[in-house]
Amino acid sequence: MDSTAVVVAFWALAALTLGSALMVAAVRDLVHAVLFLILSFIGVAGLYLTLSADFVAVVQVLVYAGAIAVLMLFAILLTPRAARDNATISYRAPVSIVAGLVGVVIVFAALKTPWATTADDDRFPTTARAIGNALLDPFVLPFEVASVLLVVAIIGAIVLVRPGEVGPGQEDRR
Amino acid sequence: MIDLEHVLVVGALLFSVGLYVALSRRNAVGILMGVELMLNAVNLNLIGFARFVESPRPIDGHVFAVFVITVAAAEAAVALALAVSVYRLRGSIDVDRLDSLKW
Repeated sequence: MDSTAVVVAFWALAALTLGSALMVAAVRDLVHAVLFLILSFIGVAGLYLTLSADFVAVVQVLVYAGAIAVLMLFAILLTPRAARDNATISYRAPVSIVAGLVGVVIVFAALKTPWATTADDDRFPTTARAIGNALLDPFVLPFEVASVLLVVAIIGAIVLVRPGEVGPGQEDRR
Repeated sequence: MIDLEHVLVVGALLFSVGLYVALSRRNAVGILMGVELMLNAVNLNLIGFARFVESPRPIDGHVFAVFVITVAAAEAAVALALAVSVYRLRGSIDVDRLDSLKW
């Protein structure tokens, strides 16, 4: 790929990602905030593509922009109109100072550290095969634990929202 | 030419925006949105390191990013189930009003 085009794409996608993340913080309606969050996730997926991480970019679009965003929309729409505002707490100024300081510290550390970078421009011709091999050779145990975690999360989510005898949140109904 | 530092700066800015969103929302779903932004910033850093840093196994950064996405999906499912459940119990998912453990 042309190097200049990649650089332009990188900064355009970075601006898209950060701009929509700021809009998540700024808009008043929670549904609009989720829509801007989807835009931000898609921008991050584009950033992965400019960093030649094609498999992770596809997973990002499928899981984040697809599944997690739809889950959030469901959770918002299951709560009524009054709970849908994107209101902030009253002490916003100290919170923004803390967030800004954390950002400044990370940027400072990132720029001051002498990273051992490589000049290898064509490092990952394809990533899906290499990720599959890595998941089945050095990372078998985390891979299996991740599947157990997903089962636990599915069962936990079902138990939490099930109407009936064991779920929390039912005590005031009987 | 994109450098590692550029990726890290974008990741740091995304992380601090996510931190601000997570700390400043009243709504539980809004807090979860901030947490997801922070996880995205971390993933961006992992992919940047995998792309640029000298390493015998550079693909490990991608594997870590896939694991982070998996855990984020599980976390989002449970957190949103909790939000719906808390809404049924209290009639609100405003975290300022979830203070029954305070004395």
